[in-house]
Amino acid sequence: MAEDKNVDRLQRFAARVRSLMLRLLVVWFVVSFGFGILLVEPLNVIRLGGYKLGFWFAQQGSIFIFIALIFSFSSVMTRLERDYVDVKKEFEE
Amino acid sequence: MSLTLLIYLVVGFTFALYIGIAIAARASSTKDFYVADGGVNPVANGMATAADWMSAASFISMAGLIALSYNGYGGSVFLMGWTGGYVLLALLIAPYLRKYGKYTVPDFIGERYYSDSARVVAVICLILCSVTYVIGQMKGVGVAFSRFLETDYETGLGIGMFIVFFYAVLGGMKGITYTQIAQYVVLITAYTIPAIFISLQLTGNPLPQLGLGSTLAGTDVYLLDKLDTILVDLGFQEYTTTIRGSKLNMMAFTASLMIGTAGLPHVIIRFFTVPSVAAARRSAGWALVFIAILYTTAPSIAAMARLNIVNTMQQPDGQALLIAEKPPWFENWEQTGLLQVEDLNGDGRIEYTADPETNELTKLDNDILVLANPEIAQLPNWVIALVAAGGLAAALSTAAGLLLAISSAISHDLLKSTYMPSISEEAELRASRIAMAAAVLGAGYLGLNPPGFAAGTVALAFGLAASSLFPALLMGIFARRVNREGAVMGMLAGISVTLLYVFQHKGIMFIPGTSFLGNMSPNWFCGIEPNAFGVVGAIVNFGVAFIVSRVTASPPSEVEKLLDFLHEPSIAE
Repeated sequence: MAEDKNVDRLQRFAARVRSLMLRLLVVWFVVSFGFGILLVEPLNVIRLGGYKLGFWFAQQGSIFIFIALIFSFSSVMTRLERDYVDVKKEFEE
Repeated sequence: MSLTLLIYLVVGFTFALYIGIAIAARASSTKDFYVADGGVNPVANGMATAADWMSAASFISMAGLIALSYNGYGGSVFLMGWTGGYVLLALLIAPYLRKYGKYTVPDFIGERYYSDSARVVAVICLILCSVTYVIGQMKGVGVAFSRFLETDYETGLGIGMFIVFFYAVLGGMKGITYTQIAQYVVLITAYTIPAIFISLQLTGNPLPQLGLGSTLAGTDVYLLDKLDTILVDLGFQEYTTTIRGSKLNMMAFTASLMIGTAGLPHVIIRFFTVPSVAAARRSAGWALVFIAILYTTAPSIAAMARLNIVNTMQQPDGQALLIAEKPPWFENWEQTGLLQVEDLNGDGRIEYTADPETNELTKLDNDILVLANPEIAQLPNWVIALVAAGGLAAALSTAAGLLLAISSAISHDLLKSTYMPSISEEAELRASRIAMAAAVLGAGYLGLNPPGFAAGTVALAFGLAASSLFPALLMGIFARRVNREGAVMGMLAGISVTLLYVFQHKGIMFIPGTSFLGNMSPNWFCGIEPNAFGVVGAIVNFGVAFIVSRVTASPPSEVEKLLDFLHEPSIAE
């Protein structure tokens, strides 16, 4: 019984990690391959000061978003791991 | 004070600093030597990773590559590719390998695929891509010395080798980590100061990232619009919209650089030096912050320096530059061969156009953008001295990281894990020092006598890492069913396809005349250029590995346990 709960808890943790990775990788793809390459012409119609928006994503914006992605991964992972430990404690008490 | 003396002083000071750090951070165990005892602060490791990663090519060549060879927008593949790879590294690779807790990339591949042959194949892939990469760095050291310090190329290379030898052999990863932190500070200062000055001069905005999107000082014309207009007037294509090849080619190029980055062993091993898995994740973020400072400045330098050069060639009255009125920097760099002028129509003026028939600026080397930038913008001499020290810091820090990856693969993976498992800790430390010394000498030899393929080295290193190591690592972590046979066949298939494609278009081992399909775009597969082919090699690797694994036996239960352990939450309970 205890074994089952443990396995269950691990699976839930793994599923959460997978969905977090998937969401972050979608953003990673959209800002670089999407905005920076595939959709660059329509975005270039919009201006950000002197920057055409598609050009800005390709040479500046995507890089800033990459940084934000890594730090949010890092902080959400820490939270998921802490939740995992909390649930385990509750269960043991 | 003369410029040469000033450069000697600045470069001499930085070298004394590196040697001082090496003496303070000697390695006393194999753990010190391979992973700096696993005790490096994540922010410090981020800084060291940034220096490890940013090579002579990033520092000296990238801005020119973007502005000249790839005409602006097309060069975005380097900016997105070489930074986006860190997202893959931080999410999919680094935390898991840190959790695994051993010292090298082949260590993991050997254990995950329960096979010495998988380990040896990984060592071969690692050595192939690290050696091709290190040759470029050694050349960078020699070139920086000969240009700035007026020594000959061989002397410059010799001094650079001596410095790397000293701190890498003595300190291993520990010495390399702390010198890389110092080298990062030197190289980022050297890169950003000229950029700030130039952005101020052109737009009045001190931040180059904002200056690139601003109006030219004293006008209401945007800098990028002005650049587009004058380039089109000269017969070039628009700076902000010119696509490199096709969109598919740009996507393949970006993807190859991304997965190549996430598979380069000398970058991955940096994440073995931090104290925990959480620290490895954070550290990747910091690494990208420190890298982004240079990578978001580079496009500004590219566009602004290109504008400065065009403005120099075009007099205010709309006439081309008179040969008799060339500025002094122009003649300085003509002497180095990076600039060449030929007055084809004999009118005493230098016409700069896109048409090779009438263009009289016959050579405009990519490297000139960063190297001559301070002189073109008439900055003080100490800025020029700083750029010299920065270029050397970039080359030396990357060379040291690569040499460590090579020497640990030899002493740890081949000797300790494969052929002499009974070797003692002291003997292994001695062996790793000897391997390091041999690697430094070997790299120096190749720097002095660059083989024919040296021209395409860095691109080749990325293609090899992308098509061999990255898929093996990714499947090793996430695909439970992939087994020994699949991994070995996959790595061999991926690397062969990539090498074959590069060789058939660029010559076998880059020897001219042996390219059986010719370096012609009509023969490119789907219009993908050879440098962008790593991602196709990776797809072949994945495909072969999955098919072969399906028809052979499942991995043993120890591998199941290893994977369970890797995916467990890694928090101190």
